[in-house]
Amino acid sequence: MQMTGAEIFVKALADLGVDVVFGFPGGAVLNIYDALFRNTRVRHVLCRHEQGAVHMADGYARASGRTGVCLVTSGPGATNTVTGLATAYMDSIPLVVFSGQVPTLLIGNDAFQEADIVGISRPCTKHNYLVKDVRDLARIIKEAFYIASTGRPGPVLVDMPKDVLVSPAEYNLPREVKLRGYHPNYEGHPRQVESAMRMILSKERPVLYAGGGVILSNASAELAELARLLAIPVTTTLMGMGVFPGSDPLSLGMLGMHGTYWANMAISHADVIVAVGARFDDRVTGKVDEFAPHAKIVHIDIDPTSIQKNVPVDIPIVGDLKDVLRKMIRHVKGKKEAAAYREKTGAWRGRIAAWAKTHPLTYKPAKGKIKPQYVVEQIYKVAKGKAIVATEVGQNQMWAAQFYTYDMPRTFLSSGGLGTMGYGLPAAIGAQVAMPGRLVVDIAGDGSIQMNIQELATAVQFKIPVKVVILNNGYLGMVRQWQELFFEGKYSHTRLPQIPDFVRLAEAYGAKGFRATKTEEVHDVLKEGFAADGPVLIDVVVDPAEMVYPMVPAGAPLTKMLLV
Amino acid sequence: MRHTISVLVENEFGVLSRVAGLFSGRGFNIESLCVAETTDAGVSRMTIVTSGNDQIVEQILKQLNKLVPVLKVIDLTGADTVVRELVLVKVNADNEGKQEVLRLVDIFRAKIVDVAPRCYTIEMTGGEGKVQAFLQMLRPLGIKDVVRTGKIAISRGA
Ligand SMILES: Cc1ncc(C[n+]2csc(CCOP(=O)(O)OP(=O)(O)O)c2C)c(N)n1
Ligand SMILES: [Mg+2]
Repeated sequence: MQMTGAEIFVKALADLGVDVVFGFPGGAVLNIYDALFRNTRVRHVLCRHEQGAVHMADGYARASGRTGVCLVTSGPGATNTVTGLATAYMDSIPLVVFSGQVPTLLIGNDAFQEADIVGISRPCTKHNYLVKDVRDLARIIKEAFYIASTGRPGPVLVDMPKDVLVSPAEYNLPREVKLRGYHPNYEGHPRQVESAMRMILSKERPVLYAGGGVILSNASAELAELARLLAIPVTTTLMGMGVFPGSDPLSLGMLGMHGTYWANMAISHADVIVAVGARFDDRVTGKVDEFAPHAKIVHIDIDPTSIQKNVPVDIPIVGDLKDVLRKMIRHVKGKKEAAAYREKTGAWRGRIAAWAKTHPLTYKPAKGKIKPQYVVEQIYKVAKGKAIVATEVGQNQMWAAQFYTYDMPRTFLSSGGLGTMGYGLPAAIGAQVAMPGRLVVDIAGDGSIQMNIQELATAVQFKIPVKVVILNNGYLGMVRQWQELFFEGKYSHTRLPQIPDFVRLAEAYGAKGFRATKTEEVHDVLKEGFAADGPVLIDVVVDPAEMVYPMVPAGAPLTKMLLV
Repeated sequence: MRHTISVLVENEFGVLSRVAGLFSGRGFNIESLCVAETTDAGVSRMTIVTSGNDQIVEQILKQLNKLVPVLKVIDLTGADTVVRELVLVKVNADNEGKQEVLRLVDIFRAKIVDVAPRCYTIEMTGGEGKVQAFLQMLRPLGIKDVVRTGKIAISRGA
């Protein structure tokens, strides 16, 4: 049976199991919107800005593990997705963005609402396509989902000229994908695994350093099993929050620029580091020449380009983390060596515990001021640790990582690689769409929230009950912090004297607004806000002078931390 | 160190910009780049000459491999290969110079492909050393223009 490109598009999505598309219409995709109107299988969530749509798809993907999907029109619709694509690309999030394009014959003519989105998005997508023939459309859609979700995941963009969408063709969704240039390697080499295990067992001061890759590989259980089997302490990156239970005695919390004192000390004194799905980002390593000076490094990653990129690696293992960790577990499970190792490394864990005792994560209460860290602690309490937390970027993001304990993967959604302000609210909406029964909280800053505040309308329209907690410090706080530390306190353009009344703003959008201005109120206001129906915005007026500590100044080694 | 990399790619729209964008986006340099179809019309071969320390070259090879339309990446450096470049040179051929030009063309087994009053256009192929030597010998005579293809390379043997 012949169908139009637009009908093929909608049917292919449905057949691939896509339940929801985040999008925004326009001329080039009118035919798709017409086909969507008539379909009952794919739901459409109308965002208010295409950047919001991509972050929603991203939050949906991070919370659920499924591939997020966006649909936008040509030109400005497409260019508005770029920040979202770059955000997802940096954090390896599987999503597919479909953009309309001007008719094939007009491409290159500076036609109305034409943008070379394939060219623009090339460096911030895992792969992208321009569909030139309607007969290729279904195959390309299939390939796009395959590429986005396999190997090291990432965003894929498919650009669809208008004539392709109106032309007829047979519907022909291939069952399998055949790409001769794309073969991710999932199986870790057994000999490399063996060398790694021999190396680990020969050492006395091991640390597991786990990143977002563990979430992408769904390998948290394996990571925890290996860690417990050998009693190896685990530190995680920002992207890895929750891959190992934060409340486990072996957890060291986050490492790096705003990591815990003891995680950074442990990494700096370790004699073997096992990096699992992490990429030695500069925010993690500090001064890279002085990173982990005593350690041999085992690096496990599905992407060979991650290995040897920033630090020299002693034993590289390319493969799916789940597969590799299983092989590592098999090596020691039920063996005497495991028990012996746990015993041998006891002194090391004792040393780390002592570091944790001397410099715990803390803050100084101040009379008459709400401490933002306290707010995050109360969010944890009120949510009973069961929320999915999205964050914006800045101090709010770091406090959300430091003062809330993440015990499960896919419960901390944050723009780690790109650091995109405005990510949190739409990501929370996407996560809530994927997980309708869960409490989803966006921990926000007063600056960041204004970058995609318009998505409150989306949340209200579709009854998506996200809870936004603004740590309102009246500043672009993280930048202010750097100005205080490194620019003699000259707060150039970081004060936000014109902040809207967030409570009234929420109400203007049809959401509920709450405010806390005293420490004693915080708990109850959060409780009331979280219990309220529908989208809620809670404005918490916090101490504007508060700083994020510990802090490793950019370019300093991890041991040179500024402490509270 | 200088590396010659042979890359087999899908012969499709946009593949050159993916490869070029990879080099520019990551700060790798390209000294020369040649692209043409192989015996299989669906596959093109790119020969890229680049330079960098071992770690950078390792990244280049891995990043190239990661591109979806890239089928195969071979670092020909150090391998037993035949390397050639084609050069077209316009050189001064006035009365005194003419004889010397002809002599050099003969010695280097080059070919004169166009003649104009006081100017010869010469075609020459060779490996890096030979090309350099040839251009060096011509320089005192007055080179007006040079066009080089960049290197192509193939492994020796069957
Ligand atoms: C889109 C974007 N622009 C600029 C920055 C630089 N930046 C990083 S943190 C920050 C301040 C964020 O302010 P706010 O949201 O109020 O968070 P706070 O640090 O005060 O908690 C800025 C401007 C960024 N990360 N993203
Ligand atoms: Mg702020």
